Amino acid sequence: MEANREITRENYKQYVFEKMPKSSHWKNMIWAFLIGGTICAIGQAFIFLYSLWFNAQDASVLASATLVFIAALLTGFGVYDSIGRFAGAGSTIPITGFSNAVVSPALEFKAEGYVYGVGAKMFLVAGPVIVNGVTVSVIVALLTLLFGG
Amino acid sequence: MDYYKKRTLNFANSYVLEGYTVAGPKENDGRYNGFFDLALKDDMFAQNTFERAERKMFEHAIEGAIAKANLNEREIDAVIAGDLLNQIVSASFAAKKNHTGFLGIYNACATFAESLIIGSAMLNNGLDNVVCAAGSHFSTAERQYRYPLELGVLRSPVTQWTATGVGATVLSNAAQHKTPRITRGTLGRVIDYGVMDANNMGAAMAPSACDTLVTFFKDTGTTPSDYDVIYTGDLGKLGSDILMDLTAQEGYDVSAQLHDCGASLYWDEQQTYQGGSGAACSALLFNGVLLGRLRRGEYKRILLAGTGALMSPTTSFQGDSIPAITHLVEVTA
Repeated sequence: MEANREITRENYKQYVFEKMPKSSHWKNMIWAFLIGGTICAIGQAFIFLYSLWFNAQDASVLASATLVFIAALLTGFGVYDSIGRFAGAGSTIPITGFSNAVVSPALEFKAEGYVYGVGAKMFLVAGPVIVNGVTVSVIVALLTLLFGG
Repeated sequence: MDYYKKRTLNFANSYVLEGYTVAGPKENDGRYNGFFDLALKDDMFAQNTFERAERKMFEHAIEGAIAKANLNEREIDAVIAGDLLNQIVSASFAAKKNHTGFLGIYNACATFAESLIIGSAMLNNGLDNVVCAAGSHFSTAERQYRYPLELGVLRSPVTQWTATGVGATVLSNAAQHKTPRITRGTLGRVIDYGVMDANNMGAAMAPSACDTLVTFFKDTGTTPSDYDVIYTGDLGKLGSDILMDLTAQEGYDVSAQLHDCGASLYWDEQQTYQGGSGAACSALLFNGVLLGRLRRGEYKRILLAGTGALMSPTTSFQGDSIPAITHLVEVTA
């Protein structure tokens, strides 16, 4: 915004937008790529490990379960949020992020008891993901039934 | 700006006897290390929930301020206090311990300045001693306004960090040696410039801070240079920059005097981005830092402008913009 232009109620949002510090997209993307990639690599390592004893499908299910367990544990120890602070989407998008989204409200609302606290608030963050995920998958399934497959 | 009545009040006999502060561990690690009466090592304060910890901080601050002023609880006429939680439970529950009258107030982070104005007005009307208190707790505010603590999210660079702390002030109608005085106060108006981003509270509050400051200067015929410092509550770094632009536009240059309680509370390494926010900022700074400087004569006259963003998570989710309010007091050594 030019120095002499008057700030009014109407152009205030524009003025604030130009003035405010911006997130560094490149830095965020590199961190997200590195951390997200590391999580996926660990997952792959577990798949290789479990393939020694199980078939390919069981091995990937077990690997996902292991990642969920590790993320829940790290959330409980208060480590996962420190990773997420700079990893951003890199730690939110993998299945570990889902685990973190369920465990963190469960821990937080334990103070309100197991029914109105943990039970009611556990899916506070993950709930919308589940609802929209199920809705979209139903729509896709219907479309497949009608036009393809 | 048209309004019909002067919003600035004069106070004849509102003396600031004592201030007492309880600060969280992160706040005590900040720029004002050692300035606080009680610094917590653990923000649970030996309680089993953060809400109870905040309550206990209020109890300590109120009792501490009364004791430090060499008063007995029976000599206190009223406690005026508020916090950020729904139904202002921290202040109200803490007041169970007091046998005095209690006024629970809420103006978000402007609560402390509001309590000083109400307290001073009550002293003008014949009360002898009142306690004004305000505070906030990072962990209780975070769960009410934002996300669970352990959720891994990337924070926006315009966010602030809710300060943990409670500050209480004893106001009296009797002067003591070297007691600073609250001489004037300006009531804030609710101002909404349409900012929608609940992370960017500094930008939402700056127009209201400008309105109250400019109103005060016009009502009293003073200028910013009449004051040693002008402290705003929790505009943060961005909000303070915006305030300087806005006041300059109204013909008042506050850049030499302007400080922000929230922005100055933490070191940059503590990664709070725009600095502290919350009702604790102005309460901690006024009672822990500014009061001492006034007594030692480092400051002769200061302004404290508490800034509050009045949204709730419900209003934000329903798509309403953020209204803000700023209350101002003038303190003379």
